[in-house]
Amino acid sequence: MTVTTLRTLEEASMLYHLTGVTKRYTQGRKTIDALAGIDLQIADGEFLVIQGSTGSGKTTLLQMLGALDRPTSGSLIYEGRDVAKLGEGDLGELRSHSYGFVFQSFNLIPTLTAQENVETARVPWHVRGDERRRRAMEALAGVNLADRARHIPSELSGGEQQRVAIARALVREPKVILADEPTGNLDERTRDDIIGLLEELWRERGQTLIVVTHDTWVAGRASRRIWLEAGRLMPDETAERSAERSAAEVVLA
Amino acid sequence: MFFTYIYRELRRRHRQALLTALGLAVGVALVVAVSAYAGGVSNAQDEVLHSLYGVGTDITVSQTAKLGEGGPQQFGMQPPSEAKRGKTFNRDAITASPGQQALAASKVQTIAGLDGVSAAVGSLSLSSIHVQGKFAQISGGSSSGGSSSSSSAQPAAGATPQAAPSQAPINVSSFSISGVDVSDLELGPLSSGEVTTGRSFTTSETNANVALVTKAYAKQNSLAVGDLKKIGGVKFEIIGIVTLPSGSTSSDLYIPLARAQKLSDNSKKVNQIYVRADSAESIAAVKTEIKTALPKATVTTAQDLADQVSGSLSSASSLADNLGKWLAVAALVAAFAVASLLTVSAVSRRVREFGTLKALGWKSRRIVGQVLGESMVTGLAGGVIGVALGIAGARLITAFSPALKATMGSTTAQVGPGGAPGGGMIEALGNAAQTVTVQLAAPISLNLVLLAVGLALAGGLLAGALGGWRASRLRPADALRRLD
Ligand SMILES: Nc1ncnc2c1ncn2[C@@H]1O[C@H](COP(=O)(O)OP(=O)(O)OP(=O)(O)O)[C@@H](O)[C@H]1O
Ligand SMILES: [Mg+2]
Repeated sequence: MTVTTLRTLEEASMLYHLTGVTKRYTQGRKTIDALAGIDLQIADGEFLVIQGSTGSGKTTLLQMLGALDRPTSGSLIYEGRDVAKLGEGDLGELRSHSYGFVFQSFNLIPTLTAQENVETARVPWHVRGDERRRRAMEALAGVNLADRARHIPSELSGGEQQRVAIARALVREPKVILADEPTGNLDERTRDDIIGLLEELWRERGQTLIVVTHDTWVAGRASRRIWLEAGRLMPDETAERSAERSAAEVVLA
Repeated sequence: MFFTYIYRELRRRHRQALLTALGLAVGVALVVAVSAYAGGVSNAQDEVLHSLYGVGTDITVSQTAKLGEGGPQQFGMQPPSEAKRGKTFNRDAITASPGQQALAASKVQTIAGLDGVSAAVGSLSLSSIHVQGKFAQISGGSSSGGSSSSSSAQPAAGATPQAAPSQAPINVSSFSISGVDVSDLELGPLSSGEVTTGRSFTTSETNANVALVTKAYAKQNSLAVGDLKKIGGVKFEIIGIVTLPSGSTSSDLYIPLARAQKLSDNSKKVNQIYVRADSAESIAAVKTEIKTALPKATVTTAQDLADQVSGSLSSASSLADNLGKWLAVAALVAAFAVASLLTVSAVSRRVREFGTLKALGWKSRRIVGQVLGESMVTGLAGGVIGVALGIAGARLITAFSPALKATMGSTTAQVGPGGAPGGGMIEALGNAAQTVTVQLAAPISLNLVLLAVGLALAGGLLAGALGGWRASRLRPADALRRLD
């Protein structure tokens, strides 16, 4: 009885609730199960790191969590809504209001200035232009790039571009920030900068931070680490790490 | 954001955008130039027809003279009798234009009464020849000696080379006259004319000694309004100077029909009937009716005349219709294809960009709009450049095109002025081809400009729609996948 109550409480506080999530890619006759039955819960305010070898399905999982794609089967409950059953319009809504993305190769629009790039994240919100510009400037100031607002991506260093991308993710004040190898294209010092920045924001704002990384140093900073192997979660690692870290951090957040 | 983004993207891709725009521009420019050229050719054809025909005339009726008919064939100058040799002579002769047989004026009423005919007027075209000189003296003749002279036209038989004639001056002047129905000047030979000085006939001047003179003839002969001009011994007052379209087969002088009939002894006769139909559709039917009513007459519609036109004008017309049209269509199709290909390929190179925007929550609609916007701006630029090029092309055509000649077998058309009638020449004149020269201008209308810009925009729309369709199929997940 007590156990059940605890579990329900725990589940209720969970931001994500994945059960048996699979993702199957079909290319011609070949089918690949990029995700082969994932059961995972992510609490609000966690700093979760997803690790695993190449091709293990990390990016695929992040896409499911960011509503960029729907699972082939299983259920992916986010705040009580099953993402697997949402239509394209609702997915877009979810993407633009709940999630912020940070990509390995920054994915800034090459023709737009730093400020305009940040603004693109608020375009789906249909807010007034001056409001949008003000918010973008604030977000850029938040990542210490206010002085580079008028530069286009090719005029910025990799670290600066990634900071613009983080500002773009943050400008909507999303509940979840999803980052796919955000430091993969950066040197060590810049990597420390970026992770430091993400961590700081995570601490200050209490957002949920989900980072895919190969980097053990980055992984070491997380409140919880999960391991993927061939589309499946490695349970041991998960249990071990989450016991160490997340408890304290989650409670703090 | 929308326009900033379009502007930035096009600036980044400016080479490709310029290429796309120029492709569309060339297609559009060809459409403009070819249409302007075709319009010019069509205007020139109208001008030729009007000059031959008169504005507002749908059908002309005339009757071709058989050989030996028509105007008097002899000028009435018999070989000089002994008594006349060496004497001066001064003779006026007014004859109906050769090659055309007179029709009873009552036929005009007959035609006017036919179904589908709104009006019919008759006219009588005449030639006046004035000869002044001395009768030849035949040397070695029985007459008194003195200076021996003979007209070159009639050298004396047996004249010795030593007695070679010294020419006595013989002045021959001729001009053409049309008798026109003053009751309806909207139809008939003067319908396309414009009185630039003086006044036109009044409807009451059916039998007045008044004349209109063409500008060219007035200038040649220093005639002005108010001057008197002797026609067939009768003095006519010049009441106005009339200008007819260039290349027109105008007469030199116009007088009231009744006066022309009287002067040429052709009372109640006309040699050309101008018919106006109720509507363009009834022309063919009216033509058939007239043919039935006047079986011997030659009935010519504007279309018949246009079909007869040959020469550089008709080559120009078929050039515009065939080569020009296809060239423009081919260029447009090619431009559309290039624009579409370049746009789609540009979208394909922006997979991650659009994927990222979708990951940020941009709706497909917005992304399609962006691609569409870009290519519409390119299309607009192409349209503007194309219109400019097309106008420049049309200007060049206008500036450098040679005068076009329209030649028409003149079995039905009036014989032009200045053809001196003479017995043996009737047939030659009757069959002479008539050539009208017109200057080609390639006009640009606002509609043409709008059409051109519209075509370029359509090109942009097509390219943008294809590109947008491609973009809309991108998945947001691509943002995390593909690397450029
Ligand atoms: N769109 C797709 N179509 C077909 N197969 C795909 C697609 N996306 C991913 N896959 C396959 O799914 C598997 C998991 O891919 P995923 O990108 O999630 O791996 P990853 O863990 O992110 O690898 P990496 O560390 O190299 O980024 C791989 O075998 C990959 O080839
Ligand atoms: Mg990956």
